[in-house]
Amino acid sequence: MTGAQALVRSLEDLGVKDVFGVPGGAILPVYHAIDEDTKFRFVLTRHEQAAGHAAEGYAVATGEVGVCIVTSGPGATNMITAIADANMDSIPLVVITGQVGVDSIGTDAFQEADIVGATYPVAKHSYLVTDAQDIPRVLTEAHYVAHSGRPGPVVVDLTKTAQNGEMLYSWPQRMILPGYNPVTQAHGRVLEDAAKLFQNSFRPVLYVGGGAVRSDAGEQIKALSELTGAPIVMTLPARGIVPDDDPAVLGMLGMHGTIAATGAVQRSDLLVAIGARFDDRVTGKLDAFAPGARVIHIDIDPAEIGKNRHADVPIVGDVKTVLKALLPKIEKQHAQFGKPNLTTWWQLLNGWKEQYPIRYEQPDDGSLAPQWVVQELSKQASDDTIWVSGVGQHQMWATQLIEFHKPHQWISSGGLGTMGFGLPAAIGASVGSQRYFDGRKPVWLIDGDGSFQMTSEELATAFLEGCPIKIALLNNSVYGMVRQWQTLFYDRHYSATILHEEEKTGLVGCPDFVKLAEAYGCVAMRATTEEEAIECIRKANEIDDRPVLIDFHVWKDAMVWPMVAAGDSNNNVTYMPGVKPLMNADAGAPTAAEVAESVEEAVATEEQN
Amino acid sequence: MATNYPASQPGSQRHTLSVLVENRPGVLARIAGLFARRAFNINSLSVSPTERPDISRVTVTADVDEVPLEQIIKQLNKLLHVLKIVDLDPSTTVERELVLIKVAANEETRSDVLEIVNLFRVRVVDVNTESLTIEATGASGKLDALLGLLEHYGIIELVRSGAVAMTRGPRALSEKVIGSEITGR
Repeated sequence: MTGAQALVRSLEDLGVKDVFGVPGGAILPVYHAIDEDTKFRFVLTRHEQAAGHAAEGYAVATGEVGVCIVTSGPGATNMITAIADANMDSIPLVVITGQVGVDSIGTDAFQEADIVGATYPVAKHSYLVTDAQDIPRVLTEAHYVAHSGRPGPVVVDLTKTAQNGEMLYSWPQRMILPGYNPVTQAHGRVLEDAAKLFQNSFRPVLYVGGGAVRSDAGEQIKALSELTGAPIVMTLPARGIVPDDDPAVLGMLGMHGTIAATGAVQRSDLLVAIGARFDDRVTGKLDAFAPGARVIHIDIDPAEIGKNRHADVPIVGDVKTVLKALLPKIEKQHAQFGKPNLTTWWQLLNGWKEQYPIRYEQPDDGSLAPQWVVQELSKQASDDTIWVSGVGQHQMWATQLIEFHKPHQWISSGGLGTMGFGLPAAIGASVGSQRYFDGRKPVWLIDGDGSFQMTSEELATAFLEGCPIKIALLNNSVYGMVRQWQTLFYDRHYSATILHEEEKTGLVGCPDFVKLAEAYGCVAMRATTEEEAIECIRKANEIDDRPVLIDFHVWKDAMVWPMVAAGDSNNNVTYMPGVKPLMNADAGAPTAAEVAESVEEAVATEEQN
Repeated sequence: MATNYPASQPGSQRHTLSVLVENRPGVLARIAGLFARRAFNINSLSVSPTERPDISRVTVTADVDEVPLEQIIKQLNKLLHVLKIVDLDPSTTVERELVLIKVAANEETRSDVLEIVNLFRVRVVDVNTESLTIEATGASGKLDALLGLLEHYGIIELVRSGAVAMTRGPRALSEKVIGSEITGR
């Protein structure tokens, strides 16, 4: 058979069920080999970047490897953003790109780009395939490398020579990866050391990151929290790893985290980092992060341990495997010495939890409060909903205000912060829901008008591929997050952040998102009042045969609170304007009434300004 | 953590890393790219074949503190084509560089230059009425001293290799990667 046929056959033999992509000249032999007998579904997107994000959404929602096939040159370079995004968030992808024939490489041939070279910094690994005979082995390796160890994107650049060459297909293939030996089990005395640290700590906190989701360790994290009494704080990608109604969950920490979560880490004496990487959006000023804490760091990637923060007990291994082995060691300590008393710690934490829920200012222009919209979406949605977001303010409100019930329920671009991620990722999640959950998991995309417009052409994909995603567009006609920084740090100079002004155009929007969605065959509604919004959401939840978009007109001056300014200490977190609850540790926590009063004052002052 | 851009700073201790890698196209680009994007300045880098045809050896020297060094070793280890990295201990390592020096030398100065050549036990590989070309090997300290003395006569052209190094004693570094033999590719 030809190399192109071998590629399709290899994907089938790997158990790949869905593939995303866009065809083109240098990948035509592969597309010719995809036909009605092919065992995987092919989803045609309208842009290569979207194929990549769709594969990411698919991978996060299902836990499987996301696969895409695109052409050489611009097709491949369009894919780089998605590859970088998957690399930052450790999402398993196999990205197959076409490449010009071997004899043309290096000649600046039509649609030639050195994609292997261009993706060195942003891919876990890459291959240039020049011989058809190598294809099944390379695909076996690429698939394995993508999902094992710390997952990530693997690029397979397939020359036209390899696609057209004749080869003898055999399966399974022996992998040749002498330099790749991911460690999954903890070695040496580290588990005993960790158990002892738990035994000697009275303000422990579990700081859980996206690695725990990749490792499917929700159950073990809950068990560890129950056994030790330690609270759980999460990073953005880990939202949902343990249900939000669990009393041990304090929410997300960091730049826009809850006071309870950020405060717990700042005051902790034992910080247990689990599949987390001490990102600057989490730590704020590194020197002031969790200053009194000893650190246990569990991660499958040795290079993450000690990268930003010294680990007193470094544990290299798969989160789930390590936690399973750690639990009995802690039980042993408890049997011998009793369970540490964390009553005082929980008094402080529960005080914060009660006094500082996520709050927001009411709009002063009659528009909707975007935070209210998110709360209403969460209220009306099924517990099985897969939530997807773009990047910006709406993303922060979604992660703060949606009530999560399960891991793999939340898909968002964390590390790279890729605007435009939302719509294609939602399509990927919907395809995954159809494949693995009989479509029982509805997909809600919460997006901003800025983020949405970066990939809105994918409405065509959503409609034509039968993905009944529901889109809540929090439309404020500005780049809201950038505007928030301009408001706070750049003298309210709204440079290049205003996307549309109704008073100048006389239009309802530019574009009119209802017309736009309708043009793509979707159901579309507009909501400008709470009554309309409630009704629109109810209707959207009833539609399951096509995509729905709701254009919510929300307040452009809404802000994401709490907030730690970039590079500032987490102790300086601002709950609401003028309220910094972690500033004075010794004064004791203020009462709820005092807080409410000072918040109202602050809001009033803000409004006067 | 203190500011560490770039990761290697003058005044830090000199380290020599020996890196065993798969002998295949693109490996050097991956390693060099990693150094660049992690802001890791190196003093020298040399790549060569080894006693095993499937393995190449990269020798890197850099002035760097312990913490960024540890991080760069871990990052290098993540490259799939990297098989083994050793931070060589200077007390048990033989390290050599090669330098070719074209130094100005006329009838008047030639004998002085030749005296230096003899003192350092290095070799003259080309003679001209206006110049001498000297080939010297040694540890970097010796070559620096030689260059210091020759500078006075006028160095017309200079080329210097990266350091290569191996440990003393009967063992080979590749013994640490036995079982990794790459066949069938």
